[in-house]
Amino acid sequence: MAIPRFWREIPSRYNLIGTECGNCGKRYFPPRIICPQCHRKSFGKMKNVRFTGSGEIVTYSVIHNAPKAFEMQVPYIIAIIEFEEGVRATGQIIDCEVEDVKIGMKVSPAFRKIGEDGKSGVIYYGYKFKPA
Amino acid sequence: MREVAVIGIGETKFGELWDKSFREIGIEAGLLAISDSKIKGEEIDALYIGNMSAGRFIDQEHIAPLVADYVGLAGQNLPATRIEGAGASGGLALSSAYMAVASEVHDIVVVGGAEKMTDVSEVYAQEILASTADQEWESVFGATFAGLHAMIAKRHMHEFGTTREQLGMVAVKNHKNGALNPNAQYRREMALEVVLRAPMVAEPLGLFDCAPLSDGAAALVLCPLDKAKEYTDNPVRIASCGQAGDFMALHDRRDICTMDATVVAGKKAFKYAGIGPSDINLAEVHDNYTISEILAIEDIGFFKKGEGGKATEEGKTALNSEISINSSGGLKARGQPVGATGVAQAVEVVRQLRGEAGDRQVKDARYGLTHNVGGTGASVIVHIFEGGV
Repeated sequence: MAIPRFWREIPSRYNLIGTECGNCGKRYFPPRIICPQCHRKSFGKMKNVRFTGSGEIVTYSVIHNAPKAFEMQVPYIIAIIEFEEGVRATGQIIDCEVEDVKIGMKVSPAFRKIGEDGKSGVIYYGYKFKPA
Repeated sequence: MREVAVIGIGETKFGELWDKSFREIGIEAGLLAISDSKIKGEEIDALYIGNMSAGRFIDQEHIAPLVADYVGLAGQNLPATRIEGAGASGGLALSSAYMAVASEVHDIVVVGGAEKMTDVSEVYAQEILASTADQEWESVFGATFAGLHAMIAKRHMHEFGTTREQLGMVAVKNHKNGALNPNAQYRREMALEVVLRAPMVAEPLGLFDCAPLSDGAAALVLCPLDKAKEYTDNPVRIASCGQAGDFMALHDRRDICTMDATVVAGKKAFKYAGIGPSDINLAEVHDNYTISEILAIEDIGFFKKGEGGKATEEGKTALNSEISINSSGGLKARGQPVGATGVAQAVEVVRQLRGEAGDRQVKDARYGLTHNVGGTGASVIVHIFEGGV
């Protein structure tokens, strides 16, 4: 994969930049160009906003059978987090034993290496979550 | 709109078909369906093929004309189209063909579904499956396809008290059915203890909660219902189809434990068919993971939300019980060549409605339903079939 594929997502992956609809005020992460509620009325009115990334675990799984890029990490926890701003995102839970993770657990974001594009490819970074 | 019938069915054996290429399994299923229908090759107006990812599995795109060519129909310049909708590719190929006949654009159409998954490593195949979720906002963070379904299962257990054992019972039931299906990948029963003891893939889903990687193809021949008797004594009517979509990523859905696309597609299909869930005698639902079958039987409306696990435990979904779910063995035991799934589901339902299902025959079956899912629920297509027409 070419480097720009990772590079162009940096604002959202590093700094949790999403969007807010200038028409209805609803917030989205990752960014959206069109508000699914306001459609045409939102066009050109989506503003960038930064999310805290703090929130709680809605559901999770402990992954034992992983893609190549994650083989070294098994078992690892993957979860859907509901941010305090209301939106949801998927990410890994770190600094937490697999037997300690629970639905409803409070988490905060952490900046970590996510993966690498093969042996000689780009190393890419982004958000994971740790117990708050 | 005119009524449409299925007049021919065919499928390969599903499994690790190392001695057969993609084009060979595509041809095998197609020829079986064509000879079953007794149509002549020159009568075919169009070909639709459901296929998810031949480009990544076998390095070959543009597979529809390839199959048309090797089935011997390139000389008549047959229009051949590939349809892609992840796991729902086969069902979407069927709905495209159904609409083409219903709208009088074509008279006789062949629908195929095919996938060749075992020419690549298992790890790579799983990555291809994960690409049907949101690559940039789910898969990239290490959320595997099994992991996403595991998160649905975890939440379902949390909200409704669904148990690990109830999940396992879906696999036990489908293996029991698969043992009776000569074309199934796994023709053996599996004890609940074996399912529960299997190594974890993504907690709470173990290896035997997951449908396998498979090679296989299935095909159907469709024609207008009023001409069907010219070709067969036992046509099966396509009573309706309903398709619906949803947010791409699981985390954006209204409710993690409900596939809204299944709810909407099911409602559409029931409305057009003029019947309800209680009229259905058998259903082939998309059990790529055990939890998926539990969601499906709730969201189609066979059981109340949250009661799918209990219904399975009570045997209500077993062969010839309240409703026969996945008499073929489902994706779990029959196998899961992704793009073939939706077509293979229809092949099973038609076979049942014709009364040709042998040891696994559902008694007095009039209505059958197929439910085919793409991704974690961003595409769903439901078809309803009626026999004895």
